[in-house]
Amino acid sequence: MKILVCISHVPDTTSKIQFTQDGKSLDSAGIQFVINPYDEFGLTRALWFKEKQGGTVTVVNVGKANTEPTLRKALAIGADDAIRIDADPTDGMAVAEELKNLISSEKYDLVIMGRESIDYNGTQVPGMVSAMLDWPFVNACIGMEVEDGIAICIREIDGGKETVKVSLPMIIAGQKGLVEEKDLRIPNMRGIMTARKKPLKVMPSTSTSVGTEAVQFEKPEGKQACKMVSSDDVKALVDLLHNEAKAI
Amino acid sequence: MSVVVYAESWEGKFKKASFEAVSYAARTASQLSTDVVAVVIGDCNGDLNVLGQYGANVVLHYSNPTFNIFNPKLYASILNDAVSSKNAKGAVISGSFNGKSIAAFLAVGLKAGLITNVSSLPESVSPMRVKRGAFSSKGYVVYESKQDKFILSIIPNGIGIVESPVSAVVELNESFSATSNSELISVDMAKGAIPLPEAEIVISGGRGLKGPENWNMVEELATILGAGTACSKPVSDMHWRPHSEHVGQTGIAINPNLYIAIGISGAIQHLAGVSNSKTIVVINSDPEAPFFKAADYGIVGDAFEVVPKLIAALKDFKAQN
Repeated sequence: MKILVCISHVPDTTSKIQFTQDGKSLDSAGIQFVINPYDEFGLTRALWFKEKQGGTVTVVNVGKANTEPTLRKALAIGADDAIRIDADPTDGMAVAEELKNLISSEKYDLVIMGRESIDYNGTQVPGMVSAMLDWPFVNACIGMEVEDGIAICIREIDGGKETVKVSLPMIIAGQKGLVEEKDLRIPNMRGIMTARKKPLKVMPSTSTSVGTEAVQFEKPEGKQACKMVSSDDVKALVDLLHNEAKAI
Repeated sequence: MSVVVYAESWEGKFKKASFEAVSYAARTASQLSTDVVAVVIGDCNGDLNVLGQYGANVVLHYSNPTFNIFNPKLYASILNDAVSSKNAKGAVISGSFNGKSIAAFLAVGLKAGLITNVSSLPESVSPMRVKRGAFSSKGYVVYESKQDKFILSIIPNGIGIVESPVSAVVELNESFSATSNSELISVDMAKGAIPLPEAEIVISGGRGLKGPENWNMVEELATILGAGTACSKPVSDMHWRPHSEHVGQTGIAINPNLYIAIGISGAIQHLAGVSNSKTIVVINSDPEAPFFKAADYGIVGDAFEVVPKLIAALKDFKAQN
């Protein structure tokens, strides 16, 4: 199976998010960037497919040269080769078109993306690429097996889960469940050394589409100090929730 | 002109989030001085006119037995037909798991500007400009559509339901046809549970509860308040509770009216999924737990003492109100 895993380069979860003074962009000073956690579950699942059923795992990122360390990390974890599409996309539609162009020329069997990136939380790209290619799409995929070109996927729905049968080629938007947290791989020294020699191809941008533009970045309003209630007077909490917060 | 809104149903009944989406569409349409067309897909047992209560002028019902089973391509083609036939300026879709898939497909089909995770009403409608949540609840970004048409996917339980009754005209479409590209094998719904994105109150437990056998008090609290139950990531990783209950960064993001966290320290990954809750109560034995900084009300104490007292106090409250 020829698998493509799309990797977003995102601020580490614990990063303090700051915007530039004019509110026009993210201030990336001092931010540690990582593989998007949702993509990491998908990458690990892809490596399992390769190890058990054979095939190749390519990783791709749409971004400028500063995202290459993140792709190298994916190579160190076990991907065979990497592609960076040299673009600085401004919205999901632009990223989707770049990926669509790559996928239609390379003929992958399975494309795995994360359900969302933890920076823009767009949940847009996987569905858009599927629509552009007219490939089947499974959102919020929490389990997947493939046999003879047929995939059985479990996906999360509101309040439950659903099992669907789909023919390859297809795209999934994955999340935890595809593999568990404990299955995620930390690059070891040998992996890091090998990753340096693995191919990382840079391809030119081909997208001309743009759907939207970010015009202003804002921080949430600060929270008021927490009101503490004594554990001996729990009834006071019920009164506050009813009379003050009007939450019950 | 019009604004189309998808009124999602489940087992023939409208979801609460659909009423919210229709009322959002009504308020957007009034800024555009136009009408609202609510689209219903597949069998629906309920009274379709009820959508008029939230501002739908027309309810367009695509009734066809093959439309009962969800597929993103199929549902997006139906909405695409509705947008084209009603000459709509844009579409509003609730950000459920299915809604999010449809929105992405529809954006491609219509060449529309898609803005997801929308958390407020539009700042302007031409061009469409609206604020959305980003950076896992650590920021907001105002987006502007660069296309003629817009699609807004709104955060469920975020902006709220507003009634603005009009009398709705129901139109039946039995002729439109489109195909699916997946086959449904089985559905497995969590029994008796309130789906978390729809829950107005959520009771959540963490490692401080020491083991899955102690969840009965979480469930009792949830029953009294008509709440959904949730958990932190370590709890779902240890399989004390199902993954579907995991709220936080790699689980689901929720924004209920009231979130009660018991024995959860409040790691940044957890806050990413819950900090948009309107009121947050934290019960934790550690006064230094970071969650207190993000909470509205806090109790420092042993969950095994505090929660039974809270259950008793709430029972008294419910008996009197």
